[in-house]
Amino acid sequence: MSVNTLSIDGKMVTGTTGETVFDVAWNNGVRIPRLCHVGGVSDVGACRLCLVEVEGQSRLVASCRTAVQEGMVVRTDTPRLQAHRRLIVELLFAERNHVCAVCVQNGNCELQDLAASLGVDHVRLRYRYPKLPVDTSHERFGIDHNRCVLCTRCIRVCDEVEGAHTWDLRGRGTHALLIADFGDPWGQSESCTSCGKCVQVCPTGALFTKGKSVAEMQKDRRFLKYIVTAREKHEWIR
Amino acid sequence: MPSENAARAPADAPARAAKDNREKFLERAMSRHNYSGDALIEVLHTAQELYGHLTPELLRTIAAKLRLPPSHVLGVATFYHFFSLEPKGEHSFIVCLGTACYVKGALGLLATLERRCAKAGSTSPDGRVSVDSARCIGACGLAPAIIRNGEIVGRLSAAQLDAELDGIGVP
Repeated sequence: MSVNTLSIDGKMVTGTTGETVFDVAWNNGVRIPRLCHVGGVSDVGACRLCLVEVEGQSRLVASCRTAVQEGMVVRTDTPRLQAHRRLIVELLFAERNHVCAVCVQNGNCELQDLAASLGVDHVRLRYRYPKLPVDTSHERFGIDHNRCVLCTRCIRVCDEVEGAHTWDLRGRGTHALLIADFGDPWGQSESCTSCGKCVQVCPTGALFTKGKSVAEMQKDRRFLKYIVTAREKHEWIR
Repeated sequence: MPSENAARAPADAPARAAKDNREKFLERAMSRHNYSGDALIEVLHTAQELYGHLTPELLRTIAAKLRLPPSHVLGVATFYHFFSLEPKGEHSFIVCLGTACYVKGALGLLATLERRCAKAGSTSPDGRVSVDSARCIGACGLAPAIIRNGEIVGRLSAAQLDAELDGIGVP
């Protein structure tokens, strides 16, 4: 494993070959915003919030899907990037029905925090107000598609960590919708193990534990690090 | 009872033979790819061509045989426009909305079809005609072009299309 030296926001940092710009930045205290990335699960570059500027490239790149290279000069917080990130968050708000005031995740929501940190105090776009279902057929959990940002964290954690692959996306574009198995109600899913990993990684209040009222939902992701570390280091094999 | 089965067999034998044949073709398509999950799109293609649309039972069978998660199979089947989960009409019209066709009046053709048959992406209520639009079918020299039952028809006017629809008995 060779070590690469690069500059992130003027700071000289090192990363081993194969590491992403995103990981190296976070390891060095540069907090690039993200919504679809979750540690311990593969990255897909879906939310585009972690876009960064790389000197010598006119195009912006998703830092979670870009491997570090020797001599790279990366900027993570220019006015151009801020403008893009703001617009992305506004688009997310306009796409579905995010009403913080009645949301279980109010106060603990990654989308809400992101909007606050980017200074999104209003949305310049027209809201779409789509009519979307809420599925509470599962014994312990519920899914409110109105709050889903299609980050696919739940799909990846279910597939890669739990190994069930209950979730996936159906359709495309504005018709994209999270589905369990053949689009059946979640409670009828044969593959779901009711482990709740998807609920814990969901950045918004789309996936929630039943019985929680407004602002009562808190998500705990410690299990992910525990499982992933144990797997990588073969801690469970005697 | 064996005697009863034997007596009943001839009555539905032809229908069953045709059905079995399609199942056999689908089975062959899957075995040709060694029941590999990577061949999902090819297998869905075959199923779509054999049955005209993908029923929940078909998707269930394919998912089980290719050992793929059900949600993944439905996700792929709904992602591509080529696959249809609802039965297609007897006749299909796909209007090209690529730049050349658009300039040459493809919207007029689509309007005619939508007025007389069904909205783009759907089938008329009587199940006779399916209407769809496409980005570019690569026949820009024939603009405006449509695909009628799998065949390209170029330089089509709205009047010709009307006559065509009269010919197949669309009210």
